[in-house]
Amino acid sequence: MSKDVILKVENLSKQYRLGTVGTGTISHDLNRFIAKIRGKEDPYLKIGDSNDRASKGNSEYVWALKDINFDVKRGEVLGIIGKNGAGKSTLLKILSKVTGPTTGSIKSKGRIASLLEVGTGFHPEMTGRENIFLNGAILGMTKKEIASKLDEIISFSGCERYVDTPVKRYSSGMKVRLAFAVAAHLEPDILIVDEVLAVGDAEFQKKAIGKMQDISNSDGRTVLFVSHNMAAVKSLCTRGMLIENGKSIFTGDIENTIDLYLKNSSLLMNGKNYVEFKKKKSSFQVSKVEIRSINQIGEYKNSCVVLMGDKIEILIYSLLEESYSNIKASIIIESINGSKIAAIRSHEIEDMMFSSSKNFIFKSTIEDLNLMPGEYLVTIAIAENNNTISIHKECIGFNVVPNDIYGTGRIPKGNYLIYSKAKWELNQA
Amino acid sequence: MNKKDWLFEITPKNNLLDLNLKEVWRYRDLLMLFVKRDVITVYKQTVLGPLWYLIQPLFTSIIFTLVFNNIAGISTGQIPSFLFNLAGVTSWNYFKECLTATSDTFKKNEAIFGKVYFPRMIMPMSIVISNLLKFGIQLFVFVCFYMYFYLSGYTIAPNIYVFFFPILVLLMGMIGLGLGMIISSMVTKYRDLTFLVSFGVQLLMYISAVMYPLNLMREKLINLENGTDYSWIVDLNPIAHMVEMSRFMLLNEGSVTMFNIIYTVIFTIIIFFLGLLIFNKTEKTFIDTI
Repeated sequence: MSKDVILKVENLSKQYRLGTVGTGTISHDLNRFIAKIRGKEDPYLKIGDSNDRASKGNSEYVWALKDINFDVKRGEVLGIIGKNGAGKSTLLKILSKVTGPTTGSIKSKGRIASLLEVGTGFHPEMTGRENIFLNGAILGMTKKEIASKLDEIISFSGCERYVDTPVKRYSSGMKVRLAFAVAAHLEPDILIVDEVLAVGDAEFQKKAIGKMQDISNSDGRTVLFVSHNMAAVKSLCTRGMLIENGKSIFTGDIENTIDLYLKNSSLLMNGKNYVEFKKKKSSFQVSKVEIRSINQIGEYKNSCVVLMGDKIEILIYSLLEESYSNIKASIIIESINGSKIAAIRSHEIEDMMFSSSKNFIFKSTIEDLNLMPGEYLVTIAIAENNNTISIHKECIGFNVVPNDIYGTGRIPKGNYLIYSKAKWELNQA
Repeated sequence: MNKKDWLFEITPKNNLLDLNLKEVWRYRDLLMLFVKRDVITVYKQTVLGPLWYLIQPLFTSIIFTLVFNNIAGISTGQIPSFLFNLAGVTSWNYFKECLTATSDTFKKNEAIFGKVYFPRMIMPMSIVISNLLKFGIQLFVFVCFYMYFYLSGYTIAPNIYVFFFPILVLLMGMIGLGLGMIISSMVTKYRDLTFLVSFGVQLLMYISAVMYPLNLMREKLINLENGTDYSWIVDLNPIAHMVEMSRFMLLNEGSVTMFNIIYTVIFTIIIFFLGLLIFNKTEKTFIDTI
């Protein structure tokens, strides 16, 4: 059983010092040194807050990672997911030996390399060919290995014509192609891919993802994949690990990991996708409001976590004591800081006439939500003619999580409320 | 599980003496490619590039000759003052280049070190090796002037010990690398040291017997009348002995004792291994502090 385990991480922790390194560096070093010669433990290892970006801590020291444990079996594709600043990149940095852990250990049975560190160490004055050798050697290949794959690398890059030209004459796209060609021909036992570091155009992104699929599927190699793109994680990974505030809170199959991640990223609703209201004595009332998400292939999910690009359905359950003739329902979507974003009013879309006193469910499907990742609140109002008969301010919320909506492998970023489907082209003037 | 099943292990605490030289050997191709990069790019960047290597020691030697020999009247015996200074400047330059270029290894390569892992030691080692080319060019200039003065009728000849010259160059590279590694490790935390290097190296030159013979220094700094002796300032400096040794080998001029040689060699080896240890300890976590 343990023979399959290619990578074993035990009690891995990493402590960082916050603020500017400088003041007090010497005094802390001295304290450490004194503790060491007296045979005591490092005094600064005992303190430290957990890694929570949003809350203000008391300690100068923070644990970017705390007691991470996991095993990776040979041939497995492990997706590491978590919010920004949860500690994913720190983990990858330690795995790729760029920085050392504070405590704990990593044991590996194979060579580890990162795929998307493209172009590291390119020298502009040197030719493409010379840079292939230099870059390959930096990534851990021997000269012999590179020489045997040189033709393959050159043709994969599609830069044959310029291979003896200095790289400074290359377009940026060509540089990326060449760099990726080198990285793609690495043959490590364990490959680390951090999507956050990915650069380049859509074609390059697709190539990178495609290469990764090849590596894991046909070569049976082990891959550690970090991404915010849940669709990519789902399609590539076999297992997942969820990191939150520097702690590994879940390891298991990828579906469950993603579900838990999406659930946890919704702080608004405690994981529920509906609210119920107490019965009142009135002729009309809303008893329940429910949100469902519908993904791009039409699957429904009882969740108020919505991937960008997904549709949502809002259901308003109503109890009627009397009959109403002309009922209007409105849904108002607001951002978490109070900006009113959209009003979806039934009477602008459809006339809903009913006369008998029955229980109804108003169902609104919002096709183009176009919202950027974040938390949103929904206000429900029901009116008869022009009189509001029921209003529930900010009664339910939903969470939009990042997704590759343009199909480019890149995720729209920025502090904006909405995104728009758009086209870009470049024409000669 | 048997420990030997694992290819490698990453842990916070390492044996201080675990220098990972095996890994450096595995990356020897990278070392040579870095050297090649440095050599190629120097020529590619500018037409005057290699020429600057000639101009710098020549002009320094000319000024030294004017100031120290003509104005201050330092005697260099049989040897033409200019050649005397050129020999000193050439060997001093190799040490200085090795020291200054390696002393900012971590800071200068932060970007690449922050992304990929390879034994960090490769970087300063490649600098010391590629500096050999620069040294070779300067030595060639020295030989040209040597021939010129020889043909103009000066009686100059190398010593039989000139065959040990490569070993001396190796020692100079080692002490430069050792000091450079120590400084670069400390610079990651205490930036103050960068200021110290640029001006410290300048001061060091004056106590390194670059433009005066060691014997003369001893004559002038030991005052028998009032018993003061400042000659230890120079005598304790292994670089002074190295510069003196190089002149002894190339020009058969200078005082070299067995004690000086042993002192210099031991000092160099200690500094070199100390540098390796400190560098090795720093390379694991410097990216967090730099």
